[in-house]
Amino acid sequence: MPDPPEPGDRETTFVGATLEALAFEMKRNPAIFVMGEGIGQRGGNFGTTLGLYEEHGATRLCDTPICERGFVGLGCGAAMTGSRPVIDFMFIDFINDAFGEIVNQVAKMQYMSSGRLKMPILLRGCIGVGHSAATHHSGNYASIYSHIPGIRVVLPSTPYDAKGLFHHALRCDDPVLFLEHRELMATRSCVPETDYEIPFGQARVAREGTDATVVALSLMVHHTLAAAEKLAGEGQSIEVIDPRTVSPLDFDTILGSVAKTGRLLVVDEAFGPCGFASEIAARVADEGFDELDAPVRRLNGAHAPVPYSPTLEQAVVPGADTIEAAIRALLEE
Amino acid sequence: MDATSETGLILYRRMQLIRQTELTLARAHQRGLVHGACHTYVGQEAIAAGVCHHLRREDVVFSTHRGHGHALAKGMEPGELIAELFGKETGCSGGRGGSMHLFKPEIGMMGTSGIVGPCILQACGGGYSFKLLDSANVAVAFFGDGAVNNGAFHEGLNMAAIWKLPVLFVCENNQFATEVPFDYSSGNPNVAQRAEQFGICGIEVDGNNVHEVEQAAGRALEQARQGGGPTLIECKTYRTRAHAEGMADFTYRTREAVDQWKKRCPIEQLGQALIEAGQAEPEDLNSHRG
Ligand SMILES: Cc1ncc(C[n+]2csc(CCOP(=O)(O)OP(=O)(O)O)c2C)c(N)n1
Repeated sequence: MPDPPEPGDRETTFVGATLEALAFEMKRNPAIFVMGEGIGQRGGNFGTTLGLYEEHGATRLCDTPICERGFVGLGCGAAMTGSRPVIDFMFIDFINDAFGEIVNQVAKMQYMSSGRLKMPILLRGCIGVGHSAATHHSGNYASIYSHIPGIRVVLPSTPYDAKGLFHHALRCDDPVLFLEHRELMATRSCVPETDYEIPFGQARVAREGTDATVVALSLMVHHTLAAAEKLAGEGQSIEVIDPRTVSPLDFDTILGSVAKTGRLLVVDEAFGPCGFASEIAARVADEGFDELDAPVRRLNGAHAPVPYSPTLEQAVVPGADTIEAAIRALLEE
Repeated sequence: MDATSETGLILYRRMQLIRQTELTLARAHQRGLVHGACHTYVGQEAIAAGVCHHLRREDVVFSTHRGHGHALAKGMEPGELIAELFGKETGCSGGRGGSMHLFKPEIGMMGTSGIVGPCILQACGGGYSFKLLDSANVAVAFFGDGAVNNGAFHEGLNMAAIWKLPVLFVCENNQFATEVPFDYSSGNPNVAQRAEQFGICGIEVDGNNVHEVEQAAGRALEQARQGGGPTLIECKTYRTRAHAEGMADFTYRTREAVDQWKKRCPIEQLGQALIEAGQAEPEDLNSHRG
């Protein structure tokens, strides 16, 4: 796989970047089809398939009844028989109606068939707190699905990464869960117009630093960068790492950074118990204990259903200010 | 030999192959050679044999926990099946799966399953691929009566109906899900009739009569290949061994009922019919006993 290109100076949105990748891959690979509610003529609730129906028609842009378990199970069978489904859940919360199909079938199929079947299925949807979407439309299930062997879990934080990771997802033979944060969908950055891949399991160092390491995912990368920028004004040098994929996880980059800084904070909007941050903390304790100058700290969303009111929403998820406070506390350890 | 008697003998041989393999496995289970669960297909052989008679190698079958018969009828060698249940590397799944994870995609055997229901949805997926990729292949889901009250049945049949997928749904109604009678668990105990709710064709056949199964399946598969959409076939049948080897029987059903159904053995019935029609001699049939 060639190295991804420089971003260049053409700007596009997060959704625009994945749409470009999807459009490119659908042109090139007739086995790709998209399923979901309102992804046909309507172009997707978030514009994820805008314009594709006109080009490819109803069989490749297939509007479904509201039967998530059913169309994930169908997608599984389709992936077993030569096609490459993209399942667009709109809000990822709806994926949980299909939990059994994903955990028992999609994730285990390559193993059960001794590798003779591939499982090229892409499951995508919008995650995250914000927009007062309330508790049935604000979930973030990265940790739950990362617990399962056989699924790749991807959480891009920029349009540039989203496009490269999306291209890679549509060329890889494994199931991929692609999680797009609601608050990032309209954000813009420079993205090349050509196609390119970003491999899974390769973290991005979003900011270099020497005093402490912060690992953050998705929207939290941006809040962490804002906090780091503020602390830089006070002479503190913070390294920010965006793993981009939780499964597989680029643990080497995290460990290397901890070896340099001696301090680690993990920020994740999702629930803490049995989660992404706990896993990294445990692995650093196992494999990097001697590098640590302070206990590993975790900052998570509240372990509670997500509320509706904007002020309540802010109270349950980390923001730039709470992240800044957590970094200060870590530096004082 | 004319075509009908040739078909009869092919079906007879297929059913005997399943029966004899199952009896071999049952004995092996008693000796402790089969390590995990073993749900045999004894009594239901006509269904797999009748349906798979019309399948090509490229057609795909999605099966259940009671799937040895489906695998054999789709062309799996008995040795690969037995080795798998013995946990051997030479088994069809390399010893990874056992009875409920029999895979051989090269011949369209897309897996038996430890979960009731998903095979219905996966067959729809097979059908979707064939529609998308413009192929004349078909997908078949075999499932028990226990699956028809599961959401997968309702979601799957509805999707197959609205997209006219080349899928055949074969319900093997052996009247019990483990020990639960089907008329206890069903508001509407007529499976074939349910097809109507989805706007597709439903047919009820005697699942112990291999010719009835074979002919209904032949028509439904032809319709599916021509783009005419899915069919649901309900095969009324009975399993004459326990739910799984080593499990108790006769608490939820009587010995008499089982004996009654043993008299309707699909293999004996076909054998008798072949002899009566002068299409086979008793010794022909013995030579097919394998
Ligand atoms: C989703 C699910 N629930 C429960 C079980 C446990 N179980 C295994 S076989 C069975 C009965 C199935 O009955 P049926 O579908 O009629 O098939 P039969 O055993 O009669 O062939 C049950 C409940 C399972 N395998 N999967």
